[in-house]
Amino acid sequence: MPMLSYIAPSTVDEAVRLLAGASGAAKVLSGGTDLLVQLRSGRTKPDLIVDTKRIPGISGIREQDGAFVIGAATSGAVIGECEALKDAWPGVVEAANLIGSTQIQGRASLAGNLCNASPAADSVPPLIAARATCVIAGANGRREVPVESIVTGPGRTSLGPDEFVLEFHLPKRPPRSADAYLRFIPRTEMDIAVVGAAVSLTLDPGGVCTDARIVLGAVAPTAVLVPEGAAALIGRKLDETAVAGLDKAARGACKPIDDKRGTIEYRTKVAGVLARRAATIAYQRAGERR
Amino acid sequence: MSKHHVSTTINGEPTEFLCEPQLTLLDVLRDELHLTGSKEGCSSGDCGACSVTVDGRLVCSCLMLAVEAEGHAIETIEGMARGHDLHPLQRKFLEHAALQCGFCTPGLLVAAKALLDRNPDPTETETRYWLAGNLCRCTGYDKVIRAVLDAAAELRGA
Repeated sequence: MPMLSYIAPSTVDEAVRLLAGASGAAKVLSGGTDLLVQLRSGRTKPDLIVDTKRIPGISGIREQDGAFVIGAATSGAVIGECEALKDAWPGVVEAANLIGSTQIQGRASLAGNLCNASPAADSVPPLIAARATCVIAGANGRREVPVESIVTGPGRTSLGPDEFVLEFHLPKRPPRSADAYLRFIPRTEMDIAVVGAAVSLTLDPGGVCTDARIVLGAVAPTAVLVPEGAAALIGRKLDETAVAGLDKAARGACKPIDDKRGTIEYRTKVAGVLARRAATIAYQRAGERR
Repeated sequence: MSKHHVSTTINGEPTEFLCEPQLTLLDVLRDELHLTGSKEGCSSGDCGACSVTVDGRLVCSCLMLAVEAEGHAIETIEGMARGHDLHPLQRKFLEHAALQCGFCTPGLLVAAKALLDRNPDPTETETRYWLAGNLCRCTGYDKVIRAVLDAAAELRGA
């Protein structure tokens, strides 16, 4: 076991200084539900762990004029208890609450689920569908980028060694907007997505889609946006043609792997089915808000 | 290797310990503080045998560094009975024979108490989902669920 240091800075600047000044490998700790498993298995051997949870505001949810700011280290349990967020972004909340058991929910954070960079991360597709951004702190100050720009491949992110995610921003919703997330696993609880599908929709007063974002998880090295799926929905009600177009676009966007959870063929088919079902739920939710 | 000095509260008692940074809260509870009720099953957050609460929030103590406990209130299985008076959940586990080898029992009890503390009248489905992160390899779950629902009823005075 190499010499490991642990520091829990109380400011963003101090955290950035520690990360930027680290002589060896440094790891950012929020909930630790992935990091501690990797430490234990020896998959990661950091010299320094920077625990962000003492930074004021890094855990918790703030509403600002209909938009939401979610602190990077906010746990799934806290997200699930925020009624205002659940009301505005039910898909984001249901996805965050699917991660692991009650015990995992008590610690696992939104930033951790993103930066662990698993292709099957449940909270990532609905965040991308929501056009969520994240604020990143680093040695050159802060930058705000779309969530989809963070993960570059399995286990890899675009963050520099001096950088960490500070918070997520979810935009204000137009009227008649809603989202939904569905994942398929071979059992009812406690498993990793075979496929995940997030859909965010906005309708006009007549029930016609004016905006749509479709994102799939676990069917490619990163979560994938499906603009052809959105195009199939926009300008239509959720009719047969729209749904068939969405199914085809979702299947076309898949570049999955074969593994014990599902074959390429199976994942591709399920992606189309889940996209349709998630769109149906999002459409119903949006329609109830007129 | 430098040790960290950690001040915490465990089962209501102010507790201090020294620990190396890579040790988990479970390591310190068991090996340093000799609170061996919390069990090490998987060390990867899958089995729930090490369940404790931190500021009232249910967590796996194997997935938390001991240094992170600084300033927080920890509750373990050792804090559940009042002296020789068992908590109703403990009594109901015995009455319903909701254990065989008992290795998962402390974690199940801590998790079940966390459920009843926030939801005194859970449905069977809610109880099963809440306890999905506590694995039992010998008794099965049915007697556990019966015991938890029976304890909930008693605690409500039903």
